[in-house]
Amino acid sequence: MERLPLKSKVLNENQIIAESLRGRYREHGLLCLNLISGPGSGKTALLERTLASFDPATRVCVLTGDIQTDNDARRLARYGFPVQQITTGGTCHLDGRMIERHLAAWNLEDIDLLFIENVGNLVCPSSYDLGEAAKVVLLSVTEGDDKPLKYPSIFFKSDLFVLTKVDLLPYVPFSAETAEANARLVHPGIEIVRASATTDGGLDAWLAWLSRRMAQARQEAPTADIV
Amino acid sequence: MHELSIAESILEAVRKELLSHPGARPTRVGLRIGEMAAVDPDSLSFCFEAVLKDTEWQGLQLDIRICPQRRICNACGNEFAVVDYNIICPACAGSNSTPGSGDELDFDYLEVETDGTLAPEVKGAE
Repeated sequence: MERLPLKSKVLNENQIIAESLRGRYREHGLLCLNLISGPGSGKTALLERTLASFDPATRVCVLTGDIQTDNDARRLARYGFPVQQITTGGTCHLDGRMIERHLAAWNLEDIDLLFIENVGNLVCPSSYDLGEAAKVVLLSVTEGDDKPLKYPSIFFKSDLFVLTKVDLLPYVPFSAETAEANARLVHPGIEIVRASATTDGGLDAWLAWLSRRMAQARQEAPTADIV
Repeated sequence: MHELSIAESILEAVRKELLSHPGARPTRVGLRIGEMAAVDPDSLSFCFEAVLKDTEWQGLQLDIRICPQRRICNACGNEFAVVDYNIICPACAGSNSTPGSGDELDFDYLEVETDGTLAPEVKGAE
């Protein structure tokens, strides 16, 4: 019997595609964000309010993933920006190959900001790198404030935590402070924004975070010095 | 339930590795899974057994080692395991640290049985 050392990652195939995507995003100074939450936390609603707030000249695109239906793509397309639905047909997460295939329809040179709305699932999407600059996790106040402890991986891996539906806080037994403290326990450096897609409360903080990360992505592009 | 796709990726990697070891029969594959990897070991073992059924390698064992989250202290450089989300450095009590490992999903090793007549150089090495 012999023991052979294996050095690769288990999801090596996906990792290779993700690194190639990351390289292409970087080349164009494009900011790619991977939005992850359980079903119904408000990813699409937050994106709708975000797109509605953008100047029509903003070079933003959205890939939105679901197991079935193109409902989300139809909702998001109303704002006039390019949107594609990725229907996984049963798969609980998006992977690098799905992103690569759908991006073939767009010229990355024409994009500054790419939102990927993952399949509603707080577990599986966190294992698949899509080449994004950052994962953003959403949790709504109608869920539980202990969710960051129950699903630590996605909070551990996300740069930003958006607490959504905060306009409902007076009506639900949810402590925003507890949820935020739990998220910081899992990931001490996580940034946090409280937002409501109904009242647009907190949207300015989210938009400020976005423009900061977009500026950072532009600076990291190889051509940044020439421009 | 992404454990099924992960189980398929494991088999695929084993298949690839064996291409460079003709005649070897895999008996055990070792994985290192970080506690922040969002992969359930029981579910993965279950799925792995299921995907094995369509192969010639029934009985191939999955050996999963769970790796705790680790951080590196910014003050003294000590690398420590995080227990119960306590991120205070056990060496210097510093509260500033940088995330280390904890979300890995990596191969560790592949154990194979080899037929001496097929691969004498392997047997000689042991």
